[in-house]
Amino acid sequence: MKNCFINGISAISAQHTFEMDFLESVTINKTDNILSAIEPNYKSFIPPAAIRRMAKGIKMGVAASAQALQKADLEQVDAIITGTGMGCSQDSEKFLKNILDNDEQFLTPTSFIQSTHNTVAGQIAVRLGCKGYNFTYVNGAVSFESALLDACMQISSEEAKSVLVGGIDEYANHTFSLYKLIGLIKNEQDQPFSVLHSNSKGAVFSEGATFFALENIRKNSTCAEVMDIQIQNKLKSEQVADFISIFLAKNNLKTSDIDVVVLGNNGDVEFDNYFENAASHLAESVQVYYKHLSGEYNTASAFGLWVATNILQKQQIPDMIKINDLSKTTYKNVLLYNQYRGLDHSLVLLRAVE
Amino acid sequence: MGNLKEELKAKIIETLNLEDLTTADIADDDALFGDGLGLDSIDALELIVLMDKDYGIRLADPKEGRAIFTSIQTMADYIEKNRTK
Amino acid sequence: MKIAVTGMGIISALGTTVEENFDALKNRISGISDLENIDTIHRGVLKFGEIKLTNSDLANILKLQDNHSFSRTTLLGAYTAKQAVENAGITNINDYPTGLISSTSVGGMDKTEQYFYEYFDNPETRRFITSHDAGDVSHKIADILDIDGMVTTISTACSSAANAIMFGARLIASGQLKRVIVGGTDALSKFTINGFNTLMILTDAHNTPFDNNRKGLNLGEAAAYLVLESDEIVQTENRRVLAYLSGFGNANDAFHQTASSEDGEGAFLAMEKALKMAKISPEEIDYINVHGTATPNNDLSEGQAMLRIFGENVPLFSSTKPYTGHTLAAAAAIEAVFSILALRHNIVYPNLNFKQKMEEFDLIPTTEIVEKELNTVLSNSFGFGGNCSALIFPKS
Repeated sequence: MKNCFINGISAISAQHTFEMDFLESVTINKTDNILSAIEPNYKSFIPPAAIRRMAKGIKMGVAASAQALQKADLEQVDAIITGTGMGCSQDSEKFLKNILDNDEQFLTPTSFIQSTHNTVAGQIAVRLGCKGYNFTYVNGAVSFESALLDACMQISSEEAKSVLVGGIDEYANHTFSLYKLIGLIKNEQDQPFSVLHSNSKGAVFSEGATFFALENIRKNSTCAEVMDIQIQNKLKSEQVADFISIFLAKNNLKTSDIDVVVLGNNGDVEFDNYFENAASHLAESVQVYYKHLSGEYNTASAFGLWVATNILQKQQIPDMIKINDLSKTTYKNVLLYNQYRGLDHSLVLLRAVE
Repeated sequence: MGNLKEELKAKIIETLNLEDLTTADIADDDALFGDGLGLDSIDALELIVLMDKDYGIRLADPKEGRAIFTSIQTMADYIEKNRTK
Repeated sequence: MKIAVTGMGIISALGTTVEENFDALKNRISGISDLENIDTIHRGVLKFGEIKLTNSDLANILKLQDNHSFSRTTLLGAYTAKQAVENAGITNINDYPTGLISSTSVGGMDKTEQYFYEYFDNPETRRFITSHDAGDVSHKIADILDIDGMVTTISTACSSAANAIMFGARLIASGQLKRVIVGGTDALSKFTINGFNTLMILTDAHNTPFDNNRKGLNLGEAAAYLVLESDEIVQTENRRVLAYLSGFGNANDAFHQTASSEDGEGAFLAMEKALKMAKISPEEIDYINVHGTATPNNDLSEGQAMLRIFGENVPLFSSTKPYTGHTLAAAAAIEAVFSILALRHNIVYPNLNFKQKMEEFDLIPTTEIVEKELNTVLSNSFGFGGNCSALIFPKS
């Protein structure tokens, strides 16, 4: 990838990340198996006539994208690319319930219209009057990385000078109840919950929207540079080390060049061994985790990128996100690794800008 | 007829999620679409379903709705004449 | 750039193979019929492009175990992706770096709506819970194809498969992959049937694209996949190339969530981008397979965009949706197959059911089978969220 600079970032999450500085105010959850995102006042971003139709995910996406653009001092972009694992679940559930509960009678269109996966990207385009490239990726835990890869390809091949990229997923009542039923969400009885050193299955689930304004030029607001992205459908846990080494070699790097590795551990005892293998392979790097703050959802790895970007910009790592006890004088190369239940593996390489 | 108009205002606020409005904010003759309340084509479809569900009036062609939904007054007039519920 | 298409697979209301689909197209046999497989109040009222194979039929063909958790969308997708790979003559999918870029709009909704409440009481059904999302459809197709590498899914409503095709091409052009299986799949579901019905854009008759009295679309279900391969593979493996992909464009109408702008701005920009990438002028397009859903809005918008691009010289065009119905995410994929067949057989399909031209302009689709040398075909697909895509396929 070439010249993919992150010039503006914004995160709406289970923490106060939208209005406050990087992890300034954090609550570490041990007792809830579902976390709600803390929402901003949407009225400063979206007119009432539009807000009234929007479910939470759409509002979060529109607000976070607006803030990312603001921070990058951009009013328009050449492309808008989003990733979402479950799409607009609230509207989907609403429409489906109405169908089933009313035997297909007296159905109204709003929730159907808002349920298409690319609603957030479409709404942002309408709001900005942006007629450029507009894609939405929906593939579990690589939904966001697919969007990021596409965005960086657009910039590297000079098809676009600026791209707005984001990951959004929202809590939906019925879906989360089903997840609890099949053990994807932590059982209440397994409290206190801990992402590291967990001995229970499932994860604490949440929701959020995280956006990045990418440009092919550096600015005062530039936080980091995206160097490469790799997506892999399936791996065995013993293949993780090679997966990482091959990726680093492709970028002329060795494991010792990686200052920080950001891992998507989510406390699921059945699958966190993937992350343990990654951590042992990168034993000399500062190891960071984030899902104890953001919770788990398909695009939570976008929050991980938000954390990584902040680390590079501020050259600091708060203790509460460190897995091991290391630190370095400067942080230059950051590697992110995520996967979900053995599938949807991704590696993202970030570099600091001087 | 007065009750019907009040009822319509309340239903519109609820169905279309016009959170910031009360029935007192909508005058009988205010334009519902375009420059007045600012409703659009998706809202028109919602109102068509409301007429069917609550008043038993079925519109086959969405374009018929335009004249009927001009204002609360025109809606109430039409419903009075055609309601089956 | 020119990316080779070396394999195709398709299933639609017209048939379960490329040959069956082509036969129906040539012989003016529409696949629009009355619904058999879904229990809905709209059965017998609305008409659909339904695939008559049941889920059991498809599972048997794929030799799945009884306790499989494939939704109908996944069954259709897996069946066709396999067909495409076989059609390309690939015996070892991992001989070159290969990815899968799929697309869908409903995902496993057919199962979700069937078991929505039953999940709580009936543990036997719970294996379908995780088959709801779009990603699961692709994971399962990747498994059937044995692809462990890059797999992802695009979901941009009715332009989805065109976008999957574009992204796959770009992955080859940038050298990240040497081969990509691209396409889309969508099964019929009560969710989409009722959803489109609330928008009042479904017709209870046969759809009539670009007709002045058009009343809306017939929904359909389908899946289609193409195999895109790099020049290196084509030469080394001595592949028969079916057609090439030389240009594509995606643009956004940025007008409204579901309606298209009257001047067809998004459609215009997408076609313009595709022509620019293919480095050809509009005159070189021999046939347009239009999106042509027969909704009042789309055909007007698309027609205006075509006039803006082609001026007085709009080439032969037709919509094949009177044959298959509107198959949502799969539409662009099946229409890519139809476009490639048109190129290979030098044939333009009729726009069935057309009677009277639209009053807004002088655009008349082809109503007969036309046998004519075709060198370059344009295929359009436009979706909700203002998402507009155009693909250009040259014969060589």
